[in-house]
Amino acid sequence: MGMTISEKILAHAAGVDKASAGDILWVKVDKAMMDDILGPRVEIAEKLKELNAGVWDKDKVVVISDHYTPPANAKQAEIVKFTREWAKEYGVDNYYEFVGPCHQIMVENGHALPGKVVLGTDSHTCMYGAMGAFATGIGSTEMLGVLVTGEIWLKVPETIRVVWEGHLQKGVMAKDVVLKTIGKIGHAGATYKAVENVGSTIENMIMDERMAISNMAVEMGAKAGIIPTDEKTKEYLAQRGITEGYEIYESDEDAEYCETLYFKAEELEPVVACPHEVDNVTEIKNVEGTEIHQAYIGSCTGGRYNDLLEASKVLKERKIAKGVRLLVSPASKEVWDRCAKDGILQILSEAGATILAASCGACLGLHSGALAPGEVCISSTNRNFLGRMGSKDSKVYLASPVSVAAAAIEGKIVDPRKYL
Amino acid sequence: MSDKIIKGSVWKYGDNINTDIISPPAYMELSIAEASKYAMSPIDPEFSTKFNKGDILVAENNFGSGSSRETAPLTLKHLGVDIIIAKSFARIFYRNAINLGILVLECNETHKIEDRDELEVNYLEGEIKNITKNETYKCSKMPEHIMKIINAGGLVPFLKEYKKDR
Ligand code: SF4
Repeated sequence: MGMTISEKILAHAAGVDKASAGDILWVKVDKAMMDDILGPRVEIAEKLKELNAGVWDKDKVVVISDHYTPPANAKQAEIVKFTREWAKEYGVDNYYEFVGPCHQIMVENGHALPGKVVLGTDSHTCMYGAMGAFATGIGSTEMLGVLVTGEIWLKVPETIRVVWEGHLQKGVMAKDVVLKTIGKIGHAGATYKAVENVGSTIENMIMDERMAISNMAVEMGAKAGIIPTDEKTKEYLAQRGITEGYEIYESDEDAEYCETLYFKAEELEPVVACPHEVDNVTEIKNVEGTEIHQAYIGSCTGGRYNDLLEASKVLKERKIAKGVRLLVSPASKEVWDRCAKDGILQILSEAGATILAASCGACLGLHSGALAPGEVCISSTNRNFLGRMGSKDSKVYLASPVSVAAAAIEGKIVDPRKYL
Repeated sequence: MSDKIIKGSVWKYGDNINTDIISPPAYMELSIAEASKYAMSPIDPEFSTKFNKGDILVAENNFGSGSSRETAPLTLKHLGVDIIIAKSFARIFYRNAINLGILVLECNETHKIEDRDELEVNYLEGEIKNITKNETYKCSKMPEHIMKIINAGGLVPFLKEYKKDR
C-alpha cells in the first residue's frame, strides 16, 4: 500500500520508513510559530520558567505579534510588549511585529517549506499545507512541550481527497471553491483528518489562491490542508531566494484515502457562508439583497495581493454605497507596499475604502473595525461565528474579495459577476 | 484522577459550542480569572456564576470547534470544569483539554441528558449512569497513551518522564 503526502512527511519526521493513518508517532518539529494572543503569555512563559528550560532550537522558533498590532489600548500594548521582550529573552531572532497576520508572514519569510512539519499556536496554521508542509494548530501547553523537546506526538491522519477539475467562471475565486468544499464536507466532517486538494483547478491556481484554500481546512475540522508541491510552489519560493532546504513529497498512486470528493469548477457560482457557521454555504443568488453595513477585505485568508487586485477591478471608477464602510487590511506589509506601488490601494481608496494597517484586528473584532449590535458584515475572512467580529448581536457573511467589493458598491449582497 | 467514578450534576448545551463562544475574543486580553467570567457568555451569560466545581458539562456535536486558543479550556478549568461529555469534539480543543488534565469523553446519547440530571461517569469502563432518568449510556474510554498523560498530571510532567526513559 502506498502512502499519502501527510504519511510521508510524518514518517520522515519520525525517522521511520513507513507510516499509515492511525499510527501514533513522535515527530521532530521543523518550525514552531507563536503569535501574541496565544503565544508566550498563555502558560508558556510561566511554565518554561517553572521547568527552568530554554527553547530547544531558537532558530526553529518564530514569534509574531499580529493580533494586537497596532494595539487598541494599554492592555493590548502590554501583551505586545511582553511578547517582544520574551522573544528577546529567549534569543528568538525570528520575531516580527506590526507587519500583518502571522500566517502570511511565515510564508513570505520562508518559515513554511515543502516537506516540513510546522506547528503554530493558531488554528489556521494549516495554511502552510499550500506550501506542501504538514502544518497544524496546537494549544499553548502543547507548544510548551514542543519548545522544550522539539518533538510532539501526532496521530497520522486519514486523508480526504478533494478533486476540483476544470476552469472557474469569471468572478468565481478560490474562496468560493473552499467555501463550497466546506459546505459539502461540513464543519466537522474532516475532524482528525487531512484534506488533500488536487485537480486541474487547483493546479491552475497561483499560490495566493492556494493559500486561501489550505487556510480554511480547519473550518472542516481538518488537521491539515495539503496541496501538492509543483513548479508554481518552487517558483514562488525561488522569488524569495529559496531554492533548497526543502523536500517534495507526492502521494503514491495506490495511497489510501478514506474518501474522495469530486467537484466541477465550471458549475461553481459565487457563494457565501451565512451566519453563524462556516459550512452554512449557499449560492449568492439565494441571499441577494441582504443589507450590509460593513464590508471587509483582509486577513490571512482574503487579504493577499491577488485578492486586493481582483477587488480593485470591481471597484475601479466606482463608489461604495452611502452609509456603508469598506475596510481593507492587506495581509502583510509586503502586500501593502506592492499594492501601493501598483496603484491598487489608490483605486480602492478612491472608491471609498478605508485602508488599514496589515493586522488581524477586524477579523476577530479586537480593533480596527468591530461590529455594533444589529450590524451585518460581508467579509473575505475565514470565520463567521457568533460574535466573531464584534457584538454577539452582529452577523457575518463570508465571501470572496470580489463579492465583498460588489456588496460594498450596492450596500447589499449581490452577484459580483455583473461588475466584471 | 484517583477515583474512576465521577459524580455530578449536568449543565447541558447544544451543537457547535465553538471557541468564540467558550472564550470570546474581546475578553482574551484579560487574565484567565477575569476572562472566565465571560466563558460561554454569548449563549449563556450566567454560566460563570451557575457552574460549580463538580458539575458536569455536557454538549452535543463538535464541542470546541474553531480556534486553538487554550484560553477556552483554561477558563473552563478555572470555573471548575474537570469533565466534558459531548457527542464529538474538535481536534485541537480535545488535545488542549487533555493537556490541562480535563477529561473529555465522547457519548452518542448526550441528547438524552438534560440540565440538572445527576450522572455517574465511569471513564475507565466507558459507562455513564443517568441517576435522574435511570438510564445507562456508553461513552468512549480514554486511549491508553492519553491516560498516561492524564495520570502523569498533564503533558509537561509526562514529557519529562518520557525524555528520561529515552
Ligand atoms: S487574520 Fe484572522 S484568521 Fe488570520 S491569523 Fe489573524 S485573526 Fe486569525
